[in-house]
Amino acid sequence: MNAESTFSVVVLIKRVPDTETRIQVKDGKVNTEGISWVISPYDEYAVEEALRLQEKYGGKVTLLCLGSEDAKETIRKGLALGADDAVHLNDPAFEGGDAATTARALAAALKKMEYALVLAGKQAVDEDNAQVAIRVAELLDLPHVNAIIKLDLADDKKSARCVREVDGERDMMETSLPAIFTAQQGLNEPRYPSLKGIMGAKKKPIADWKAADLGLDPAHLGAAGAQIQVERYDPPAPRPPGKIIPGDPATAAKELVRLLREEAKVI
Amino acid sequence: MPNNILIVAETRDGAPRKVAFELVTVAKQLAQGMGGKIEVFAMGSNLASAAQALAQAGVSKVYVADDAALDASRFAPELHAAVLADAIRAAQPAVVLFGATGVGKEISARAAAKLDWGLVTDCTDAKFENGALVLTKPVYAGKAIATVKAKSLPAMVSVRPNIFPPVEANASAAPVEIVAVKMVNVRAKVAERVKKAETAVDLSEAKIVVSGGRGVRGPEGFEPLHALAKVLGAAVGASRAAVDAGWVDYGTQVGQTGKTVSPQLYIACGISGAIQHLAGMSSSKNIVAINKDPDAPIFKVADYGIAGDLFEVVPALTEELKKVMAEK
Ligand SMILES: Cc1cc2nc3c(=O)[nH]c(=O)nc-3n(C[C@H](O)[C@H](O)[C@H](O)COP(=O)(O)OP(=O)(O)OC[C@H]3O[C@@H](n4cnc5c(N)ncnc54)[C@H](O)[C@@H]3O)c2cc1C
Ligand SMILES: Nc1ncnc2c1ncn2[C@@H]1O[C@H](COP(=O)(O)O)[C@@H](O)[C@H]1O
Repeated sequence: MNAESTFSVVVLIKRVPDTETRIQVKDGKVNTEGISWVISPYDEYAVEEALRLQEKYGGKVTLLCLGSEDAKETIRKGLALGADDAVHLNDPAFEGGDAATTARALAAALKKMEYALVLAGKQAVDEDNAQVAIRVAELLDLPHVNAIIKLDLADDKKSARCVREVDGERDMMETSLPAIFTAQQGLNEPRYPSLKGIMGAKKKPIADWKAADLGLDPAHLGAAGAQIQVERYDPPAPRPPGKIIPGDPATAAKELVRLLREEAKVI
Repeated sequence: MPNNILIVAETRDGAPRKVAFELVTVAKQLAQGMGGKIEVFAMGSNLASAAQALAQAGVSKVYVADDAALDASRFAPELHAAVLADAIRAAQPAVVLFGATGVGKEISARAAAKLDWGLVTDCTDAKFENGALVLTKPVYAGKAIATVKAKSLPAMVSVRPNIFPPVEANASAAPVEIVAVKMVNVRAKVAERVKKAETAVDLSEAKIVVSGGRGVRGPEGFEPLHALAKVLGAAVGASRAAVDAGWVDYGTQVGQTGKTVSPQLYIACGISGAIQHLAGMSSSKNIVAINKDPDAPIFKVADYGIAGDLFEVVPALTEELKKVMAEK
């Protein structure tokens, strides 16, 4: 990354089930039929922030996504929002992995790419892992700032100041660039794709990279390399049906307090 | 192979966070299957009294990295992760336990990458079964529960606060070992702590949470909720609708894109019960819903519901509680 190179931002996006979608769990598995898929909501904040940086500084926004062929549709959604191009880590060898193998592949891809900074989501809302982007930062020996709600670059674009919110505390953090930032809700309000954007996205380039392109040993990737494995999925235990407490507000409040003390024993 | 369990205890204002004592309960459950000693690591500044408290939690040893540079108000992920990784290398545990707080999740991820270990975040159970570490964690906005296995050890686990009961810290004191802190070059760091957590009770660790949604109609609408929370010693949370409307801080949002809470008692006022909200609170032990729409989905997960106007019900509840508490 020399001074002459264009200002590029890479955004890590993951394809996840829409949080509104119905998830059916049967025989230890999640039935993916009929699920609607989206860019993970926190990654949308990351895409939006990258586009705003581009509006300010020019340059290029590249999406990086590891996922099956189906993820193409999700990548196109990101391109429709305004990203310029994308890299799709698309190889069965990458699949079925854990956070460590996913981060390993993403980090290897980033090594081949140009960027002034990388944006990602705070967590992907499928498994709420909250670790892939931070792992990538460590693997690339980059600084990271987690859960940002504001990002400002210095005029020379060599450092950034950001605000992050964690555990009820709000910090102003500083970092040199390049760095990896993970987006928290509040960073911005993501835009909707325009019709022109949707049409244009079809022509934007998506590069497919395989494990071999990254010079990685498949034994360290995907299911083969994963140390953490999901054994099974179960539906959550149903909560026993609750009680609706009748009566006017004062009567109902009185009865509720009695139940909380005598039945639930929580106060 | 070493089979010790190392608990990474977070501290706040010189005292261990409650989740640290919950992790001792988790560690004991694990130790039943895997044997080994339970040790604790804490990093920060001015930790002498926190270390003493941890030493009495029924553990074998407490390691402390105590240095002004490690103060929470000077958080630097690269330094904190490096000091943590050094401590883990020295202690050689088979399992490292964290609280699934914001900071816990962040530093565990960076340290896990440094050590190339597996990490399972935000677990609601951890067991050692047939020689393997088996974790439970809610996924897909709580619509499924995943059973996750670590194929090999060592591994790291973060556990959701408030799921396990904390141990009482009244055992005889275990030895405290001060570990050397090796400085590293940091590029990202806190320049200024803009806001300290304002409430004494942090949302994710609170025993009782009173939350308001769009039904509270405005920032003033939260006042009756605060009055109720005060009587109960509760923290106040909110739905995204209330946060997006600007009535309350982002930091108070409960739900999939906000905080996950699992208090003993969650009181939802004027909240419809959208799936993304449920994702953040459905592991609460008891749920109370106050909503004027008897068909609101929140009543499906509530243990107790009052179908009524929150502006009448909440003050009535506060009054009744005041009365009952005065009698006690
Ligand atoms: C990707 C994504 C992530 C999201 N993440 C979150 C999240 O983290 N947390 C979250 O909360 N939401 C989240 N949402 C939003 C969620 O879908 C809902 O829109 C939101 O939870 C609704 O908030 P609410 O229940 O306060 O408002 P509403 O759904 O509008 O419900 C208001 C309720 O108040 C009741 N009411 C009105 N007046 C009164 C009164 N006087 N007395 C009693 N009751 C009254 C009404 O009957 C109604 O049930 C997310 C959505 C998406 C798409
Ligand atoms: N398969 C993936 N492809 C691209 N980015 C990913 C992938 N998985 C995770 N990420 C990024 O890492 C962030 C945290 O993900 P997670 O650790 O899975 O919760 C996400 O919000 C994404 O920005």
